[in-house]
Amino acid sequence: MDLLGLTIKDVSEKLQAGVFSCRELVEECFVNIKRNDKKINAFLTLNEKEAFKKANEYDDLIKSNKEIFNKKPLLGIPIAVKDLYTTKDLRTTAGSKIIGDYYPPFDATVVKKLVNAGVIIIGKTNADAWGHGSSGENTDYEPTRNPYDLSRVPGGSSSGSGAAVAYGAALVGTGTDTGSSVRLPAGYCNLVGLKPTYGRVSRYGVIAMASSFDTIGHITRTVYDNAKVLEVTAGLDTYDSTTVPEKVSQYTKILGQNIKGLKIGLPKEYFVKELDNKVNNSIKDSLKILEKLGATIKEISLPHTNYAMAAYYILVPSEISSNLSRYDGVRYGQTREHFGAEAKRRIMLGSYTLSSGYYDAYYLKATKVRTLIKQDFENVFDKVDVLVAPTSSDVSFRHFFVSGQLGRYTGIKCSKRICRRSSGWDADNRPAIFRRVAL
Amino acid sequence: MTKKNLTKEDILHIAKLSNLKLADEEIEMFKKQLSSVIEYIDKLQEIDTEKVEPSSQITELTDVLREDRLDDKRTLTSGQALANTKSKEEQFFKVKAILID
Repeated sequence: MDLLGLTIKDVSEKLQAGVFSCRELVEECFVNIKRNDKKINAFLTLNEKEAFKKANEYDDLIKSNKEIFNKKPLLGIPIAVKDLYTTKDLRTTAGSKIIGDYYPPFDATVVKKLVNAGVIIIGKTNADAWGHGSSGENTDYEPTRNPYDLSRVPGGSSSGSGAAVAYGAALVGTGTDTGSSVRLPAGYCNLVGLKPTYGRVSRYGVIAMASSFDTIGHITRTVYDNAKVLEVTAGLDTYDSTTVPEKVSQYTKILGQNIKGLKIGLPKEYFVKELDNKVNNSIKDSLKILEKLGATIKEISLPHTNYAMAAYYILVPSEISSNLSRYDGVRYGQTREHFGAEAKRRIMLGSYTLSSGYYDAYYLKATKVRTLIKQDFENVFDKVDVLVAPTSSDVSFRHFFVSGQLGRYTGIKCSKRICRRSSGWDADNRPAIFRRVAL
Repeated sequence: MTKKNLTKEDILHIAKLSNLKLADEEIEMFKKQLSSVIEYIDKLQEIDTEKVEPSSQITELTDVLREDRLDDKRTLTSGQALANTKSKEEQFFKVKAILID
């Protein structure tokens, strides 16, 4: 069996038809993990015993009740869970040493929903500690490597989830996206990543980075699979008062429909001169296909794009400094000197921008700029239906060290993604560049 | 862009606000790094925001309340809460003393 070639759709059909069992599927995942993960470091904790137990249970269930797939739409699907997601009795570190031995007494809402839908948790995946990073190098453990080229980063912060799906350790990887953390690993690992609209998926039980920005997304091989998972994770949760009471559509039913007349906007600020030619060309090629299918393409402008990064670097560290203040060494794990350099930098920056005498100049100012960025998006969505833009200005980069250079984040590479974050719109990252760009 | 130079005292003050103890080499490193970030974020001062309302969240939801009653599903018994800890005494988490004498 070649799990790498399968999608959720394939697996569901084959499990129903009895072509293979959940147990065989889980075995395949662990064979791949044992063969590869010493080099790739996608996982921080494996859930092997429990995964096999679940697989046996589900195999019996399928034998006795073929209709079970209607009740459990993700039955038997192996999933890799980012270590920021709280999982009952399964170690949850957030990629950090501060809570390196935390075994939570409860499940995050999304974990509960996925488990009720029948997924099998294979393990907990590596990440930049607390979600702080875009390469995976800021983990307090061994950094994850890109399965396509071990000398390159897999993208972060959901680094392990991207790598795990890419090398066939699972069919779905869960992620969190505050400033690109689902989209980047999906892009760098040639997968489909979704950063849902803020408020669409519950944050309850997912360790917080910046509460007004954090979104709960996932990485899959195909768009269909991605929509299928969102059908399970989306929806109002009374435990997260920022979730919206909007109906959850059957997203998979929307796929494959005619797109004649769809208006696509290309934000000109995102197509900068630093954009790698290979990335640019592959977007242009994809647009040609969309045009052939009947879509119209129009250049639009998001004039405050250039300020998004600066606003992000005030608002997000401010929320981080507040969220990480609870790790005081009394209630949870290790004392605060065990924070990595990146977490310390962000906590200090946030404490500064919120501090007496600076609040108005930085924090308040940035919340106003956030309004302007949001309005940019509202204005263009009067004119177009969707936007198409590069996830990043280049393909995966090669360096394996924690640079500690904040300057790195102020480059063009991050700022475009972060613009979309500040505004709260969703961003679906599709691997347009897979065939064109050899990593 | 105005050049920003945080001093050692600034860093120690920020570290105190952050409840962080820093080693000497960290003070030097953060002095340089935080100065450069603050210099960068100062670019927001170019924008006129006098007539702009702040956004602290983007859902437009307000006053989301729940009924004021106990929900068994979201509470843990002390047994459940303590089940995975290595450090407990009777019904309590055992932590290092914070106040001595």
